[in-house]
Amino acid sequence: MTRTAAMLLALAACAPAVAEPLQPYEIVGDAIPAPLTQTPGDAARGRAIVVNRRVGLCLLCHSGPFPEEKLQGDLAPDLAGTGSRWSVGQLRLRLVEPRRLNPESIMPAYYRVDGLDRVAPAFRGKPIFSAQQIEDVVAFLATLKD
Amino acid sequence: MTSVVICFLISTSFAAEIPQDERRSGTAFMTRETQAMQEDDRANPGMLAVLDGEALWKDAPPGAKACAGCHGEAATSMKGVAARYPTFDEARGRPIDLEQRINLCRTEHQHAPAFTWETRELNAITAYVANQSRGMPITAGTDERSRPFVEAGRALFNKRQGQLDLSCAQCHDDNWGKRLAGSVIPQAHPTGYPEYRLEWQSTGSLQRRLRSCVFGVRAEPLGYGAPEQVDLELYLMWRARGMPLETPAVRP
Ligand code: HEC
Ligand code: HEC
Ligand code: HEC
Repeated sequence: MTRTAAMLLALAACAPAVAEPLQPYEIVGDAIPAPLTQTPGDAARGRAIVVNRRVGLCLLCHSGPFPEEKLQGDLAPDLAGTGSRWSVGQLRLRLVEPRRLNPESIMPAYYRVDGLDRVAPAFRGKPIFSAQQIEDVVAFLATLKD
Repeated sequence: MTSVVICFLISTSFAAEIPQDERRSGTAFMTRETQAMQEDDRANPGMLAVLDGEALWKDAPPGAKACAGCHGEAATSMKGVAARYPTFDEARGRPIDLEQRINLCRTEHQHAPAFTWETRELNAITAYVANQSRGMPITAGTDERSRPFVEAGRALFNKRQGQLDLSCAQCHDDNWGKRLAGSVIPQAHPTGYPEYRLEWQSTGSLQRRLRSCVFGVRAEPLGYGAPEQVDLELYLMWRARGMPLETPAVRP
C-alpha cells in the first residue's frame, strides 16, 4: 500500500465526524513536500499568527525575532534562522505532526484531531490550525533566514 | 501502515518525578517583592480571607452551633488538620478534600446549606482552618487506604490531555523553572491553598488553580468536587509530602 493510501485510511479511521475534514497529506521522509491548500501561504498573515499567543501559541514555548513581544518562552529553540535550517516541507511536517520528528516532543500537533484525550467541547474535532493557517505559518517561517 | 498504528498509540509521558531534595514550593519561583508580600501578614492580602474565616468560625447559623461551638479554639482543634487533607472518608469510601469536609459539617452538623464552591465564604473558612497548620509538614496520602486514589491522581497528572495534548507532568516535572511566555513554571506543589493570586485579585482554591491549567491545554474542565479533581489534589499533596504548609500563599 502506498503511504498516501495508508494516510487516507488513517484519517478515515481516526477522524471524528467534523464539518471540515482534514486535508490528506503525504509524508516523504522527514517532510510533507506538497502544500495542504491551493492558495499559497501568506507570510504576513503567518507572522501575525505566530506572535498571537491565543492563536499561534508559539511564543508560549519559543522565543524569536519579535522585538515588540515582551513575553517569550524558553521551553524550545529560538525561531530565528528557522528558514535556513529547514526546508518548507520539513517545516510543514514540524507543524502538522511534530511527534513524527521527536516522539517525546511537547510541541502540539497543529493539524490533527485524532488520538487526543479529554479535549474541551469547544475544541473537539477541530485541529489547532486550519490548512490555510499551516501554509501561512510555513511561508513565514521560511522567511526567517540567518 | 505506520500512520494507522500511530492513531491508536496511547499517549503517555515518560516524565521522571522530581527527586525529594529538589522539590521547591511555588514561593521559590516568585520575585522578592511577592515573597515579601507573602511573608508579612500585614501585607499578605490572603490574610483578609483568613480574618473573614475567623468571623465565620464564630458565627452560628440560625438554630445551630457555630464551628467554635463544637470545635472550640481553632488554634488547638484545627492544628495539623489541613496537612492531612484530602483524607479518606469512611462513609463515602473515598478521599474528600478540606472544603468538602467543612461542607459536611455545614450540612450534617449545622443543618445549614453547603457553601458553594469558590465563594468568599468557602474560601475564607477553608483559609482560616488551613492557616492553623501553617509551617506543619504535609502528610496527606501517606496511608494505605488513600493509595489507590493517589495512583488515580498520578495517572491523570501523567496523561496527555486536551487539544494541546500536554500532561501536567510535561510542564511541572520536566520543565519547571523554565518560562512559559512570561510565567515561570513552578513544580505545582499545593502548599499554600487557598491562596491569593495577583492575577485573580482574590483568594481562590486549589481546584480553581487546577481548572485554569486544564483550561490552558484546552482540555475538558474537571468539575468542582468531582472525584478526579480530588484524586488530583490528593496526588499533588502526596507529591509534596513533608513540605510545610504556607496558607495563605501569595502567587503571581
Ligand atoms: C508547548 C510548547 C511548544 C509550542 C506551543 C510550539 N512549539 Fe515549536 N517546538 C517546541 C519544542 C520543545 C521544540 C524542540 C524540538 C522538539 O522537542 O520537538 C520545537 C521545535 C520547533 C521547530 C524546530 C526548531 C529548530 O530549529 O530545531 C520549529 C520550526 C517550531 N518548533 C515552530 C513552532 C511554531 C511556528 C509554533 C507555533 C505555531 C510552535 N513551534 C509552537 C515546543 C513548542
Ligand atoms: C455540631 C457540632 C459541629 C459543628 C457545629 C461543626 N463541626 Fe466540624 N466536626 C464535627 C464532628 C463530630 C467531626 C468529626 C467527623 C464527623 O463525625 O463528622 C467534625 C470534623 C471536622 C473537621 C475534620 C477534622 C479532622 O480531624 O479531620 C473539620 C475540618 C471541621 N469539622 C470543620 C468545621 C467547620 C469549619 C465548622 C463550621 C463551618 C464545623 N466543623 C462545624 C462536629 C461539628
Ligand atoms: C503548559 C504548561 C503547563 C501545563 C501542561 C500545566 N501547568 Fe500547571 N502551571 C503552569 C504555570 C506556568 C503555572 C504558574 C502560573 C503563574 O504562576 O502565573 C502553573 C501553576 C500550577 C499550580 C500552582 C502552583 C503553586 O505554587 O501554587 C498547580 C497546583 C498546577 N499548575 C497544577 C497543574 C496540573 C494538575 C496540571 C495538569 C492538569 C497542570 N498544572 C498543567 C503551567 C502548566
